[in-house]
Order: sequence, then structure tokens, then C-alpha cells
Amino acid sequence: MGNILSLTTFIPLLGAAILALLLRGDDEAAQRNAKWVALVTTIVTFVTSLFILSNFDPADTGFQMVENREWLLGLRYKMGVDGISVLFVMLTTFLMPLVIASCWDVTTRVKEYMIAFLILETLMLGVFLALDLVLFYLFFEAGLIPMFLIIGIWGGKNRIYASFKFFLYTFLGSVLMLVAMVAMFAEAGTTDIPTLMTHSFGTEDFSLLGIQIVGGMQTLLWLAFFASFAVKMPMWPVHTWLPDAHVQAPTAGSVVLAAILLKMGGYGFLRFSLPMFPVGSEVMGPLVLWLSAIAIVYTSLVALVQDDMKKLIAYSSVAHMGYVTMGIFAVNQQGIDGAIFQMLSHGFSSGALFLCVGVIYDRMHTREIDAYGGLVNRMPAYALIFMFFTMANVGLPGTSGFVGEFLTLIGIFQVNTWVAVVATSGVILSAAYALWLYRRVVMGDLIKESLKTISDMTKRERLIFAPLVAMTLLLGVYPALVLDIIGPSVNALVGNYETALATFEAATQFAAN
Amino acid sequence: MISADIQILMPEILLSIYAMAALIGAVYTSKDAAAPALTWATAGLFVLMAVWIGINGLGTRVAFEGMFVDDGFARFAKVTILLSAAAVLLMSEGYMQRRGLLRFEYPLLVALAVVGMMVMVSAGDLMALYMGLELQSLSLYVVAALRRDSVKSTEAGLKYFVLGALSSGLLLYGASLTYGFAGTTLFSGIIEATAHELSLGLLFGLVFLLAGFAFKVSAAPFHMWTPDVYEGSPTPVTAFFATAPKVAAMALFARVVHDAFGGIVVEWQQIVAFLAVVSMFLGAIAAIGQTDIKRLMAYSSIAHMGFALMGLAAGTQEGVKAMLIYMAIYVTMNIGTFALILTMQKDSRPVTDIRALNSYSTKEPLLAMIMLIMMFSLAGVPPMLGFFGKYAVLLAAYQGGLAWLAVAGVIASVIGAFYYLRIVYFMYFGEDSDALDGRAPFVLRSMAIATGLIVGLAWVPGVNLFGIDPIAAAAAATLVN
Repeated sequence: MGNILSLTTFIPLLGAAILALLLRGDDEAAQRNAKWVALVTTIVTFVTSLFILSNFDPADTGFQMVENREWLLGLRYKMGVDGISVLFVMLTTFLMPLVIASCWDVTTRVKEYMIAFLILETLMLGVFLALDLVLFYLFFEAGLIPMFLIIGIWGGKNRIYASFKFFLYTFLGSVLMLVAMVAMFAEAGTTDIPTLMTHSFGTEDFSLLGIQIVGGMQTLLWLAFFASFAVKMPMWPVHTWLPDAHVQAPTAGSVVLAAILLKMGGYGFLRFSLPMFPVGSEVMGPLVLWLSAIAIVYTSLVALVQDDMKKLIAYSSVAHMGYVTMGIFAVNQQGIDGAIFQMLSHGFSSGALFLCVGVIYDRMHTREIDAYGGLVNRMPAYALIFMFFTMANVGLPGTSGFVGEFLTLIGIFQVNTWVAVVATSGVILSAAYALWLYRRVVMGDLIKESLKTISDMTKRERLIFAPLVAMTLLLGVYPALVLDIIGPSVNALVGNYETALATFEAATQFAAN
Repeated sequence: MISADIQILMPEILLSIYAMAALIGAVYTSKDAAAPALTWATAGLFVLMAVWIGINGLGTRVAFEGMFVDDGFARFAKVTILLSAAAVLLMSEGYMQRRGLLRFEYPLLVALAVVGMMVMVSAGDLMALYMGLELQSLSLYVVAALRRDSVKSTEAGLKYFVLGALSSGLLLYGASLTYGFAGTTLFSGIIEATAHELSLGLLFGLVFLLAGFAFKVSAAPFHMWTPDVYEGSPTPVTAFFATAPKVAAMALFARVVHDAFGGIVVEWQQIVAFLAVVSMFLGAIAAIGQTDIKRLMAYSSIAHMGFALMGLAAGTQEGVKAMLIYMAIYVTMNIGTFALILTMQKDSRPVTDIRALNSYSTKEPLLAMIMLIMMFSLAGVPPMLGFFGKYAVLLAAYQGGLAWLAVAGVIASVIGAFYYLRIVYFMYFGEDSDALDGRAPFVLRSMAIATGLIVGLAWVPGVNLFGIDPIAAAAAATLVN
């Protein structure tokens, strides 16, 4: 079991290789085989990831199940898992079988579609497990390739614009992070993430192009990483690629994008920005808090006026990610606990909402809200499930959405009351846009001619939603399930952060005297 | 003494004897009928030479009182040159045969050009440098104009000749200034002369020499010939231009700045950094509007030369190592890409319009996938090979104190990513149309698959870039010390 992390990471890639090399033809049987191979692969991955979870010891705040071997250009191939990353791994492996099952009706280039998702799963798992800067970057960046293809090949009408925008936007953010990584290697002499977490980067103020940089090197490095993760999250005002990408992506692509890919940004903040650049985070923290507060209010308002369902959910994602960044940069136990919780919960609920849109899109081939209305009359099961996830999205107590929002708000209230006040208004706004969407799509009389023959969810569709409903409820009523696992690691993270800041402040006071 | 010197030069001597003997033999006997056999034989000889040089050479040996240096750096460059030239010859044979371009002079001119390149990278003296450079250039001028009945091809040859001659003139002028003020043409003498006092004349000499090299590596603002020559030459010749001569010119560049001007790094560092940043941006921006894939590859190579120069601009051993790794990776990617470009045809005529790649992925899924890997690799997206080259030069530049250059480089690479993505867009997202036809010949197909595997899988733990890292480090250590 010494290499369970690599095993879990690369099983999907193996599945993709089997599909690519062994599966021939494009008839119905071949398509079905491709889907089954992909489904079995993702389920096997989920099962092996359960071994990771069962071997995981929450009390140990260091990295566990570490693998470390020679790699190239003086770098190490190092993988490991801690309390912060383990649940993201589980989220990924849990959602992927559902994602594969959700594209059972796809008929164009099925084999390639499955290969793209399997490769994407490997890369996403790698992001959460890598313990070497460049290895992390490799997985982080390589994920753009399958997603670019998924949007570009299987996407909607305006897919080309959306895929290019997605790629170039995120690429620009990440290359700055690459330069920062190079700078970190040059300064610390290693790319080992655990070592870098204990390395304190320079905080001497200096001026660059006439601008005084408070916090010096740390602030610059922090900004470079911020450029990458803020685009990925995405944070206002660099979120504009997301609505385009979501609207044009196929349903399964949207689910992966919203449920997992966005979480890489939050994970990055927790893994890099806070522990490695505490001073930089402290200097730039207020900016992030206000950007998050603006994001929550602004994108909620934008969501209100959308007439495309996917776009509406995309904007609501940006708003929910605002809670995450706010919780992270509150840097206290509740805030970060809440941020991680919110990310997991959003993974289930936003994924489910995109699947909900997918269900009716598959039937009517439109995402216009105006094209629907009164679906409850012909689709009672659908109405129920959509209702449930609308409530989870709004943050109704009893669903997981509530716990995350509540914890982040507690966290931020201790740090910055004004931001907390502004952000709390987002809770009301989210109820407004989500319930209004629900009313327009599901409630009312079924008067539209085209909807008269619409059928309710099939057994397969219900089966896909069942685990999501279960997880959302379970986390909503028993949040300790998550908090017990992440708690000690978050505690250590906050502790290290405060120690580093205290050292820095002592040093500046000493210099001032 | 002389016999020891000759022993050091043995590979070059053998290769030139082979080329001349084969030339005479073919003229008096079978003429073009022997061309395929000669092509294969030359390629085979290149591979043998590469193996010989690769495993035989140890340490640093100097011949003819310092005019010719055989060290780890030269051997690294020679092996790269020989292997890439062999690959290009293998790819050319079928293509040129089918189009009636395969003359027996072609492989032999390539062989002579390769001899020139080998002398270039081993030069320890301005005279040896110029001899090697001109032998290479004169062979290349002829090869560029190989398609005698085509206006474009002859224009390419002429343009290449005129501009090449101009650059040689600049270089000679620089060399004569350097000689005049240093009192010697030996690199070891020049470095001593710069150690005492840097005269203005020497500085001018340096600048002119660098301008000449910039022409040869097609770095902006001395790049103007590249797109036209790439477009006009027969495609296999373009593939050749994009690979071996670039390695040779870049190695020569490194040799001169470190062996002859290694004492005044600050003086040339800013020039090289300037060339690097201009090339990266020009290559990235100018390629956006191109529709001809050969022109596009020309601008792409300008941008890539900018990146390689970024490594060189660091002025350190790390920088030379990064440059060597970058060039080896660049050559691999270009061979793969050109193998695919050579398969592009419609009604058995070659096409180079990128729109012809429309829906290529449905017709040739495997080749389209390899092209996709190549494009992402050229754009520097991990996990492809190209990323590691970029990483190495960025690291070297940052450590050399050129953080601004590293930032500029990554921004240029984002701009450049656009046109690589555009090719992917045509292949995968394009509308269905009857664009390309014909099946890819076996040699090209296997060459593409092989490079595709190398480029796509080099990162796998255990493969570790095929162990190129320590070799390049050792090679760089022999040059910079």
C-alpha cells in the first residue's frame, strides 16, 4: 500500500489508455463498451480512494502516505495527503462515476469523450495530491487541455469562443504562478511543498518600478499565486470566463467544472498562499475580503437577471465561491473550516443543479428559462429533486449549504464586521434568484405546447441524483463528519500562520525601535 | 602532433570524404537513380556518427593549437545535430521521391552542411568559426532552391543567399574588429584581451558578431528571411532549416559569448536579453495572422529561439544547460510537427494551409492526437515535453537575475498559445469538409508516433526526460567554468 496515492491517481489514466488502445469502432456496441469501461474505472478509483480515507489519521496534521522518488530536472515526484486535501480527493472520486453516468446518452465521439474525462480525473487528483511545486503545476495546468477539448468539441453553439477564452484566461493566470514557483525554487533551493511551508520568504519592503511593495518578496509571490487561483476560483472581477465556459460546456463538463475544477483555486489558497506567504496574505487579505464581498452581492444581482439557466447557476457559483475566499482569508478556524465545507457542499449542490439543467436540456434542447414553466405537472420527481438542490443552494438549514455559509460568516464576523454585513445580504439574494428560477421553471400551469409531452426522470437519472441528495443531507445534519477530518489540519494551519505573523511583527517592531 | 590533431577531427573528415566521394561516384554512374539509397545511407551514417561521438568522446581535447575544440558541449550539440539531420533525411525521402525532387545532391549537400555545423560548434577560433558557418550556409542556400522550376523555391534560395551573405558580412566585420583590437583570432586570446581592458573596438566587434549570429538563429529583429525561406523551400528542407542549423547556430552563439567573451558577461547579456524578448513577442504576435502552416512554424521558431536565448542571456552555466535542453526539446517537437506537416496532402499535392486541417481528427484520429500533443508542447503546456524546456530556461533566467525577462517570456507564451490552439481548433472543432486525403506513408507515420510518445510521456516518473538533464549539465560545465 506504499503507493496508494499514485495508484488512485493513475487508475483513470490507465482506463483512458485501455480505451484509446484497445477499443475500436464507433458503432453502438463500441460506444456502450466505452461508457462501461469509463464507469468501471471511475468506480474502481472511488473504491481505492476509500482506502486512502480509511488509512487516513485526522489527528496527524502532517502529510500521510507520502511517496517520494526521483524525477526530472532536480525535482522530486512527491505525493501525500493531509486533512485539507483528503476530502477534495474524495469529492473528485465520488463525483466522477456520477459524471460518467450522466453522459450515458451522448452519441458523438463517445470514446474520446470518456478518455477526456478519465484523463481529467487523473489530473484533478494529481492537483490535490502533489507535494512538489512543479508536479502540482503540471497537473494543475494540464487539466486545461481536456477541459478545452470538452468545451470545444462537445459544447454548444458558441463553444469556440468559450473554449479559447477559458484556456487563455486561465493560462495567463497560471504562467505568472510558474514564474513565482521558479522564484521560490531559486530562493529556497527546493520545490518540496512541506519544506516550503516552513520556509519564510523575504519580507523586506522594496520598490519596484517606483511602487513601494509592502511585505516585499512575499507579497509579490502571493500576487503571482493569486493571479492563478483567483482566475480559477473564479473571483470577481476575473470571473467572466466562467459563465461562458459553463453555458457552452456539455452538462458533464459543467458538472466537473463547477464541482471540482473551481475548488482547485480554493485548495491552492489553502496549500500555498496562507502557509507559504503569511505576510503577503496579511497585507493583501483585506483586498480579498472586499473582492469576495463585492463578488457575493454583484454576481447574485447579475444572476437575478439571467435568462439562461446555466448562466444563472454559473453566476451563483461565483457568489458561493465568494464565501469560500472570504472564509479562507478570515484565517481562523471557523472561517477555513467553513470555506472547505462550503467547497465540498458546493461540489454536490452545484453539480446537482447543472445535472438538473441537463435533465431538461436533454429533453427540450434549450436552456432558456422562458421556454419552461409548470414542469411540476408532468415531472413531479424532477420538481422534488430540483427543489431540494435549490434549497441546498440557498443554504437552508438541514442542507450542507447552510453549514458552509454559516461558518464562513462566523469566521469573517470576527475579523471584519462590515464585510460580514455585506456578505450576509448575499444569503437573501441567493434565495431570491434561486427561488425565482424555480418558480419560473417548475411552478405554474403547464401551458407551453412543447412541454405537454415531456417525460419525468428515468431510473438512471434518479440513480445519479440519489447519492448527491444523500451527501447533501448527511453533511447538512451531521457536519462533524467533515469537520472532524479537516479540523486538526486547519487548526495547525491557522496556528502556523499566526506564529509566522507574530515573528514578522516582532521583527518589524525590533527594526522600528 | 598533426596526426593527433587529425584524430580529433576524424568524424568531420570522414563525413566530408564520404560526401565528396559519393558526389563524384553518383555523378559518374547512376545519378538520381541512386538518390534514395544515398539518402538512407547518409541518414545511417549520421546515426552511426552520433553514436560514435556520443560514446567515444571523453574530456576536452584541442586540435590545431586551439582552432578546434572537442569538448562535452560540442559533442552534445553534434549528437543533436546529427540525429535531427538523420531524422529529417528519413522523412524527406518518400516525400521528395513522390514529387520528383529527390536528386542525389540533396543528401550530400545536407551532409556537407552537417560537416559545417560540426565545425561551427567545435570552433575555437574566429577563422574556424567562419569556415564552418560558410560551409553550412552555402550548402543550405542550394538546398533551399532545390525545386529549380518553382518561382517560390528559387526566390527562397535567393533571399536566403542575399540576406545570409549580408549577415556573414556583418559577422566578418565583427570578426575583423575583434581581431584588430584583440590581436588574435583565438577565443582563448580574445578572452585574455578582454580581461585587461575592454576597448571600444572590441565592444563593436562583439556587437557585430552577435548581430551575425542573431541572423543565423533567426532571432528578431534579424528574422526577416525566416518566414519567406520556410514558405518557399520544399517542406522537408524547411524541416531541416528548423532543426539542425538552429542547434548549430545557437551552440556557436553560446560558444563565442562564453569562450571568447566570457569575461564580459554584463556587456553581452543585455544584447542577448533584448534579442530574446523581441523574438518571443514578435514570434508570438506575428504568427497569429498566418494561415500557412510553414510560415506559422517559422514564426513559432522565432519565438522558440527567443526562449533559448533567454537561457543564454542568464550568462551562467545553468543558462547554457537550460539552452541545450531547450534546443534538444525544440528539435524533437519540430521533427514531430514536420513529420505531420509532410503528410498533409490533397489530390496528392502538398497543402500547407491550416484550414485544410479541418476535421482532421475524425479522419486520422491518431495523427490528429499527435499533432495536438505537439501543439500543446510547442505552447509549453505541461505535461508535454515543451513545458520542461520552458521551465529550465525560466529558472536559469531568474537565477541569472533576469526576473523581468522570465515574466515577459511567460506572457509571450500565453499570446503564442493562441495560434497553437487555433490548429487544434481546426483539427478538432472544425466543420466537416473534404480537406486532406491520402494515407500517411509508413516512415512519416512511425516518426510522428515515436516523437508523439517522446513528447507526451517524457514526464513519467522513471522516464525523467530520458536522462538528458545530467548530460546537458555536464556539457554546459565544459563550456562555462
